[in-house]
Amino acid sequence: MAIKLRVGKAKKEKAVKKSTSQKQWTIGFLIAAVIIWTFYTFIMYRLPFDIQQVFQHWLPPTTVNEALVWVICALGLNIVVGYAGLLDLGFVAFWAIGGYSAGWFMSSFFRQVNVHVLSTAKAESPGIHISFWGVIFIGGLICAAFGIIIGAPTLRLKSDYLALVTLGFGEIIPQVFTNGENIAGFNMSNGTKGISPVDNIGVPGKALGPFDFSWKFFIFALLTAMMIFVSLRLRKGRLGRAWLAIREDELAASMMGVPLMRTKLAAYAVGAFTGGIGGVAFATHVNGVFADRFNFSISIILLAMVVLGGMGNVWGVMVGALLVAWVNSTGLPSLGELVNTTFNLNINFPSYNFLLFGGVLILMMLFKREGMIPESRLKAILHEADDTSSNLGGHH
Amino acid sequence: MSIFAKGYQARKIRRRYLERTLGSIASVLIIFWLTINFIKSPSQFFQASIIGLSNGVLYALIALGYTLVYGIIELINFAHGDLFMLGAVFSANFIAIWFGKSSSSPGAWLVFFGCLICVMSVSAGVNVGIERFAYRKLRRAPKLAPLITAVGVSFVLQFIGLRWNGSGPKTWNSVLPPGQFEISGVTIAYTTLYAIAITLPLLILMTWIVTRTRQGKAMRATAQDQDAARLMGINVDRTISFTFALGGALAGAAGLIFQQTRGLTSYNLGYQLGLIAFTSAVMGGIGSLQGAVLGALLIGLIQGLNDGLPIGLGQQWSQTVVFSILILLMAFRPTGLLGKPVTEKV
Repeated sequence: MAIKLRVGKAKKEKAVKKSTSQKQWTIGFLIAAVIIWTFYTFIMYRLPFDIQQVFQHWLPPTTVNEALVWVICALGLNIVVGYAGLLDLGFVAFWAIGGYSAGWFMSSFFRQVNVHVLSTAKAESPGIHISFWGVIFIGGLICAAFGIIIGAPTLRLKSDYLALVTLGFGEIIPQVFTNGENIAGFNMSNGTKGISPVDNIGVPGKALGPFDFSWKFFIFALLTAMMIFVSLRLRKGRLGRAWLAIREDELAASMMGVPLMRTKLAAYAVGAFTGGIGGVAFATHVNGVFADRFNFSISIILLAMVVLGGMGNVWGVMVGALLVAWVNSTGLPSLGELVNTTFNLNINFPSYNFLLFGGVLILMMLFKREGMIPESRLKAILHEADDTSSNLGGHH
Repeated sequence: MSIFAKGYQARKIRRRYLERTLGSIASVLIIFWLTINFIKSPSQFFQASIIGLSNGVLYALIALGYTLVYGIIELINFAHGDLFMLGAVFSANFIAIWFGKSSSSPGAWLVFFGCLICVMSVSAGVNVGIERFAYRKLRRAPKLAPLITAVGVSFVLQFIGLRWNGSGPKTWNSVLPPGQFEISGVTIAYTTLYAIAITLPLLILMTWIVTRTRQGKAMRATAQDQDAARLMGINVDRTISFTFALGGALAGAAGLIFQQTRGLTSYNLGYQLGLIAFTSAVMGGIGSLQGAVLGALLIGLIQGLNDGLPIGLGQQWSQTVVFSILILLMAFRPTGLLGKPVTEKV
């Protein structure tokens, strides 16, 4: 009895400690972000030219900002894949919808109307101009609605069928935007030309220029911190525990009274919302939306980030996303250049990224299914089948 | 308990009713659309149908690979489409570069059939290798793991295609005799006939292997219950390898036929066609051989009609049409046209 009590107490203490740790972690991330921001804004320009060049070459501010957008989206996908265990292969659809919400509500695209809500754009410019801070929510909500629309009829399906439906959705949405120049006479997306430019981030009176990387970094870091906080909070809460239960055993979860459909839909909606935020942020990062950018490889790169980092673990996913985004945009070309010049070779390194991502996915699944920074519970499930000596059973 | 059961029953009935209504509305609309087009231009209608059906035959070859593998280990083999792509690139190199044939001649026919045998065995070998090194270890792991691995394999195969074929599409000359004939305004190319003439025996051979031979029986037993099959003395690993070999061989043949009839290869070919073929397999009821062929012909027909009819969405919406069908099917009839409803194994 006494032992039991003590165990209970220890558990409680641990729980209390954990609930404060999420705030600590988020604050820790913000402090790191502020340090990086200070470095890029104030210190870097005072450094000797050579060192500046090294940073510009290996870690330019635009790469850092883009990596943060990837982190936001990867965290969204992590909620769907890592927490709820639903494989989503069409996450690019939400990225695209988020991007086009920025295109619609933050530019002069709809010339027929003239709406301004706390925008940084000039008052006389036509089109719908809503502040970045509002469009984040609008984009997120539109994505969440799409997530529910696509999820509601299909979430009853088995996991691999679901993957296929999301994949199909991820193919349809970009094609709709590519062909959206003339839908029954209505120009919805400006086709392959895309919508550019979009309004700057800011508040009325003070707008950031399109190349103001350091302030944008700060804003993206804030969004990321918010996502980290939300992810950690949800993970601890009722909904998060329900997601984990579904991920681990759907049947057992439903027997315990977890409403399967509602819980899965919530995962979809939250993931899609995050994808929308990432899409809006990306549109402001590249100052426009272009239909041909949204392809299947984005969905796969996001998946690779989540898998590589550690499904279900927010920190793992963050590290995975930063690493993969860096390798993809700067690391591979720069490393290749270095290798080519030192060894006097002529290898086109960026063309190897198919092999790299495919190989990473295969090797991680074969040898380290739980990722670089694993989540303990998931690790246990993923290796459940390995140590059963019996040949019987094992159908999941 | 009874209240729950009642609510569940009512919901089920309502759902079935909804499905049936939507299904009938959709069919009426489709028939209406087809009739209008038929009246407007009958020759164009038949032309589009023939193009669609010849595509459908090709899809059937690929769809069979999906359905075989899914039937036996319940894995969506994402890499299958890319295997088809490698088959096409291999055939192009075999015929045009290694043997230097670029026009029709008796020698070219010989090379063509030599290529058919080679590409089928190479693709079968590659598919078996993929199963051995990437999927076998994950057979008992949670579903997510082999699925992600399959996506990874697909990327690796695309990389090979990219290195081999280059980043852009390449065009090739066909060694099949060119030409076409006309029946009351509908032109039919000889290549279409050749494609069908090569595909049909393969399909029949496949069906014969699965339904009539000892190995086919072992395959069906393994698909039903691996453990029971093992207890009956079936070598499950070898049977699964054999299934992958069959699927791979068909994908290779499809690659050759595609390359020869369209005269085109590109490294990202497999992704699109693979998805279409998978949709066909699902449409027919995944796991069912006849279903895969039927689904593939239907999808090919729908695509052909949509692309070729005077009143249609046109080619730029082709993908959207196919994937919308996939999503609707998944939502309302996940068992497909010929599939039987299965209760999930727990």
